[in-house]
Amino acid sequence: MPNINININGKDYSATTEERQLLVNFIRDEVDLTGTHVGCDTSQCGSCVIHLNGKAIKSCTMLAVQADGAEILTIEGVAEGDNLHPMQEAFREHHGLQCGFCTPGMIMSAIDIINRIPNPDEQTVREELEGNLCRCTGYQNIVKAILSVANK
Amino acid sequence: MYKFKYHKAQSVDEAKKLLTESNEAKILAGGQTLIPTMKQRLASPEILIDIGNIKELQNIDKKNDSIAIGAGSKHSSVAASNVVISHIPALAELAENIGDPHVRHMGTIGGSISNNDPTADYPAACLGLGATIKTVEREISADNFFTGLFETCLNEDEIVIEVGFPIPKKSCYMKFPNPASRYAMAGVFIAVFNSSVKVAVTGASENGVFRWTKMEDVLSSNFTVSEAENIKLSPEGVMSDIHGDSDYRANLVNVMAKRAVEKLNG
Repeated sequence: MPNINININGKDYSATTEERQLLVNFIRDEVDLTGTHVGCDTSQCGSCVIHLNGKAIKSCTMLAVQADGAEILTIEGVAEGDNLHPMQEAFREHHGLQCGFCTPGMIMSAIDIINRIPNPDEQTVREELEGNLCRCTGYQNIVKAILSVANK
Repeated sequence: MYKFKYHKAQSVDEAKKLLTESNEAKILAGGQTLIPTMKQRLASPEILIDIGNIKELQNIDKKNDSIAIGAGSKHSSVAASNVVISHIPALAELAENIGDPHVRHMGTIGGSISNNDPTADYPAACLGLGATIKTVEREISADNFFTGLFETCLNEDEIVIEVGFPIPKKSCYMKFPNPASRYAMAGVFIAVFNSSVKVAVTGASENGVFRWTKMEDVLSSNFTVSEAENIKLSPEGVMSDIHGDSDYRANLVNVMAKRAVEKLNG
């Protein structure tokens, strides 16, 4: 089995992994960071979104071996100690979640949106959330939360 | 997912060598179609050759009267490229509307055209702009490249390395996306050159992307909405599924073509 070296949330990991191991399973099962979720098996729902070298991607649609040498940021890595990331704070403030299952992926996508588009309007935010599904259909408050960070 | 062996190629030469050595190897570019397909066990290559890290495949440059896009360029890179935006804005816009942001951060132009999904966007731009597809061994015109549903003229061990798009006077891509997948239910790419007009249609035909020559002939002599409206695509050979039957899809193509002409004349 190949050996891979990955930096996750600032920490270096070196591990052997089966070629067919998906990145999301590596993160959840090998590194024990279970904040990144698996919501579908078809690359559609976005619960597994993480940042790979600074860009939001679906970790269920990438092999762990592909990520050899990469820097990864997961939901566990966005807060600074006890201080929530402004996007996490905004989701709390605006109640941008109901059951919470899609929330890690939503927040990682939301941070990526703000990184790329400093002042998005509502339409842009909705279009950018194309790849994230919320089965509770709680998009209204998710969009509000993201816009509140954008307008700060 | 079935077991397979994995190689990360550091250069096109290495990828080519690995691919030639095995009959059961497949190229992994962005993986946004291949990996979901393997997860569903609809594909089971024995060896994957990952070309995702080869930097020489990721250049985007203006070369004479064309824009040359490296096959490994991500959709997000094409969408954000100043060279593409300033010379073929319709192509940047097309890339910006593929799938979702996560797919665009991984998916590549080489992967998209090599897969030739009948509802993919890039094949329409290739045909509509008269692109030249450069592989490790030859140059292929888009007209010869796409040969049918998920079929291209690529040999088993041939790797696409660059796509060259001639710069048109103006061009426009109009797409009616499936609301769930964002794949085109009908997509029409119209490009106006000095002496010709090209019209390519994706998402509709049972044989994949095609050039709508009847529309090209009409628009070449008279580029107006009213002329475009007179031409109707025959529903014969147009895809029919739960998302829309062939009459509906053929009509969508008519509407997308009309909107593209409207926008280009506007």
